[in-house]
Amino acid sequence: MRSTLPAAPTATRTLMFWCPDWPVTAALREHALPADTALVLVERGEVFACSPAARQDGVRRGLRIREAQARSTGLVSLAYDASLDERAFEPVTAAVETIMPGVQVIRPGLCAIRVKGPARYYGSEEKTAGVVVDTLAAIGLTDVRIGVADGPFAAEQAARATDQLDDDAAPVVVIPPGGSPWFLSSYPLEVLEQPKLTVLLKRLGIRSLGDFAALRASDVRNRFGLEGAVAHRQAGGLDHHDVVARTPPPQLDAVADFEPPLARIDQLAFTMRTRAAAFIDTLRGAGLVCTALHVSLHTESGEVSARRWQHPRWFDADDVVDRVRWQLQGANASDHGLTSGITRVHLVPDVVEDLGDHADGLWGTGPDESIHHGLARVQSMLGHGAVLTAVIAGGRLLADRRVLIPWGDVPAGSQSPGPPARERDQPWPGRLPGPAPATVFADPRPAVVVDARGNPVDVDPRGLLSADPAFFSAGSDGGQRPVHSWAGPWPISERWWDPKGRALHRFQLVDQSGSAWLLLLEDHAWWVEASYD
Amino acid sequence: MQASTLASRCMPTVPALARILPGGGLQSGSSYAVRDSATLAMALLAGPSATGAWCCVIGVPDFSAEAAQGFGINLERLILIPDPGSQWLSVTAALVDVVSIVLVRTPEHLAPTEWARLKARLRQRGAALITLGSWKQSDSTLGVAESAWEGLGAGSGHLRKRRMKITATQPSGRLRHAYVGLAELQGTADGTVLPGAPSLGDGDPAGSLFEPRLMKSS
Repeated sequence: MRSTLPAAPTATRTLMFWCPDWPVTAALREHALPADTALVLVERGEVFACSPAARQDGVRRGLRIREAQARSTGLVSLAYDASLDERAFEPVTAAVETIMPGVQVIRPGLCAIRVKGPARYYGSEEKTAGVVVDTLAAIGLTDVRIGVADGPFAAEQAARATDQLDDDAAPVVVIPPGGSPWFLSSYPLEVLEQPKLTVLLKRLGIRSLGDFAALRASDVRNRFGLEGAVAHRQAGGLDHHDVVARTPPPQLDAVADFEPPLARIDQLAFTMRTRAAAFIDTLRGAGLVCTALHVSLHTESGEVSARRWQHPRWFDADDVVDRVRWQLQGANASDHGLTSGITRVHLVPDVVEDLGDHADGLWGTGPDESIHHGLARVQSMLGHGAVLTAVIAGGRLLADRRVLIPWGDVPAGSQSPGPPARERDQPWPGRLPGPAPATVFADPRPAVVVDARGNPVDVDPRGLLSADPAFFSAGSDGGQRPVHSWAGPWPISERWWDPKGRALHRFQLVDQSGSAWLLLLEDHAWWVEASYD
Repeated sequence: MQASTLASRCMPTVPALARILPGGGLQSGSSYAVRDSATLAMALLAGPSATGAWCCVIGVPDFSAEAAQGFGINLERLILIPDPGSQWLSVTAALVDVVSIVLVRTPEHLAPTEWARLKARLRQRGAALITLGSWKQSDSTLGVAESAWEGLGAGSGHLRKRRMKITATQPSGRLRHAYVGLAELQGTADGTVLPGAPSLGDGDPAGSLFEPRLMKSS
């Protein structure tokens, strides 16, 4: 298959800045841990990245988490979160963009800048690199490596070559113009990150990038195809990648600082009203709607309460204010007083979608729209957790089988089977046969079951009934009802290995009036679980 | 096309109940009281819910979602507000605005003016209100007069089938009743009248409907 190279080889003078171990740095900054913490980020039970302190203890990437913990006592392990990397890198990019334009984020922790313009402005490439180091040091990022070379690939290798510099020297390696082929020539083939090509070249006796670059371009192309030709150019210090500057994204999140701190929820809600409206207007202006919102509240005493809120449709300003209020009310038992004043509210749109996908139709979007409005109103009256939808989950006891979800936490109408739905399909030995009772008491009510002589009925450790139940009284009405027919005991033994596990017996009783009851016997005490009323 | 504002519309209703309800089904804008039978209340919700109507249950923390699903109530269109607290009226009024059918626990106290306002809202929005518990002001009161279970013996078996005598009382005192099985209410039976079951009868004592092996009670 003949195909052309993507672009003419360019030699754009490129400044590459690299923050080593960015996932670790990001996690340290996010969780406000000291820099010398032995930290590992874990993905699928294996170490994904580790901090220098952990590395000194012998922790390596790819170790099982148990093995890493054995090597380094006092190891802090956190789950790896790829979105955190990008989120934490955003301020870094923004800081660099304030002093020089045209930053391209290759991946979080690695950025390319076209250096020609900044070098002319600051005087030289070295001075430009120095400015970048100073800027990033000002936002608290001390470990930054910088390489300047003829193309992004060579510049990245130059940035990585700062390891060989003295500790007190500025971590900057500048390869003079035209020097990139010479600089790269001693590197092994592995830096190309093309394992198949590397193996093949080694078998042909080619060991370094210099050897590879010395081959004729047309021969390489004929023998190794497109991939080989691209690698050959990289080895020669040229690059088919150019630096493509990103367009800085619009600032969508909103921060509200309060000085003096606000001590009452209604004050906060009132103040947030205009901020929330401005926040929503910004989103609207960018042609977006927010369907999931991250709210973090900072208090005077340094506590941070952060929570992600979902919306069945999309947030408008009132919804945002409600979420801020509910978050405070959920964190504090009382309705109005806070433990300490709120100094800052940070609203981050977590999921944004295109406004066009959510626009109202010409004749409205159907009857469900009013439902959302009505329920949002009730939620703002009663609180987020007061308006619920039910999902049937797996379980033996009827109360376990009912899972109540606050309205809006799961998008209405989504068909994705969550964990409860999957569990529901399991066999669950001991579950109730026959029609489900219509009333399941949220709090089981005490009951008394006696035999014909008036002695309490019980089940011995072997599961045998002491006597047939003859009368029972259930809960409030107190009167003794004669038992017409009954069945049981049906043993339920849940999690016998767990101290919190339960062992109980279930009975069905029908009284003389034809009402049926579901009773539980646990620890010699009778409870009414449900009623077939 | 002329909108019928005076004659109220009929909501889809489980056939077994439609036979005894005044007007031949749940009327939008009406209120119904169900005397202490969540089963019957669920059967009333099931008809509208199966056709895509939204239902709301207010102040009934013991409502069993699993049984509701068994009746064919769409749980995705079922809203539960177990504890409206002191704002019973405003919550109910807000939901009457948006959902088609609202099931509430009978309020302990409701001033006649408040009830009149709620009633007007029901009529305006075309929603139906079902109260669980006796409620004198309702348009119709339903209850289970007799009930018999099949499948349970003395220490053996489990509950399988239920037959009920359901009564519907109108404010005029007119009483209608029907003998139905649980399966009929759940819509698993196709709703046809069982052979030998004289389903409709005003005050006709039809206790002989119960088969001998079923328990009969008064």
